[in-house]
Amino acid sequence: MSDALHGWTPEALGDPGEVLPVVTAPDAVLSRPGPEVDPSDPKVVRLAADLMATMRVSPGCVGLAAPQVGVSAQVFVVDVTGHPKAATVHGAFALCNAKVVEASRWRPGREGCMSVPELTGDVKRAGRVVVEAALPGTGEPVRLTTDAFEARALQHEIDHCAGLLFLDRAAGAHAIHQRKVYL
Amino acid sequence: MSELAITVIGQDRPGIVADVSEALARLGANLSDSTMTRLRGHFTWTLVCSGPGAAEVEAALGPLAADGRLLATVREVGTEVEAAAAGEPYLMSVHGADRLGIVAAVTRVLAEAGGNITDLTTRLTGPLYVLVAEVDLPPGTADPVAKRLAEVAAGLDVDVTLRPAETDVL
Repeated sequence: MSDALHGWTPEALGDPGEVLPVVTAPDAVLSRPGPEVDPSDPKVVRLAADLMATMRVSPGCVGLAAPQVGVSAQVFVVDVTGHPKAATVHGAFALCNAKVVEASRWRPGREGCMSVPELTGDVKRAGRVVVEAALPGTGEPVRLTTDAFEARALQHEIDHCAGLLFLDRAAGAHAIHQRKVYL
Repeated sequence: MSELAITVIGQDRPGIVADVSEALARLGANLSDSTMTRLRGHFTWTLVCSGPGAAEVEAALGPLAADGRLLATVREVGTEVEAAAAGEPYLMSVHGADRLGIVAAVTRVLAEAGGNITDLTTRLTGPLYVLVAEVDLPPGTADPVAKRLAEVAAGLDVDVTLRPAETDVL
């Protein structure tokens, strides 16, 4: 594990969080760009804890962004631990106001989304990214370098915070598929 | 040598592609471009082939459609395809709550700009309607088209994105 998160763990949120219902498209909140947040605002910390709790009870869920629980804000959680397509893994973490500052090694891949439960899509994403963000709670700035599946998950969640779904990045007219297995 | 446009649509079952292509092969009809998919579970295949006359092919496909579960149509089409003006390739995604007229409204914007749709898929899943189209736009029209699409999408309460289609030539 890299030390990019300064040893941060979900316990730092000091709150087990509450499992929230996940909203699905075409809910308008999924299309709205979320505003930046104050990472030290207790409401933001609580939101991060709720996202973490909701991700943990959702089978196969490797990331969840605030708009997916009905809150328009630049906050999300990611945990790709144990995923077969993951290489670099930072464990479970929450980020605020995240931005992709470097992106390379673009490659296609198929992805799904809890907010679009019946479809998957082929989307080209960077296989290596550098993301700058703030940690909820302390507001400490972090610079995360990652690759493979964790990079894809980060880009997917950052898109959610900008009001974008994978449908907006479909690689072609035949790149949207009916989901066969719900993971 | 005639060029034929054939459509086969109906209740899906294993073996339709094998049955149809076998019937065509027996007649010496050479299959060229085709696309097959399932639309809400219905088998659909559109193909172009060259070889015998339409009546002969229609007769050969007749037994496949005899039980009423499949509908096969055969039409002779001209071999001279007018080359479309070269455009810049773009991808358009539209998604939102299903309602009447989404496809009509957004594709009219493309048509009015002289855009030519080269591939298109729509999906209805629950209340969500999704359209992804590949479109060739006349050079220099992408910005005004994107602006007009945004206006039309706002009126329909759907989301639309228009972005250049990437082609990686290796």
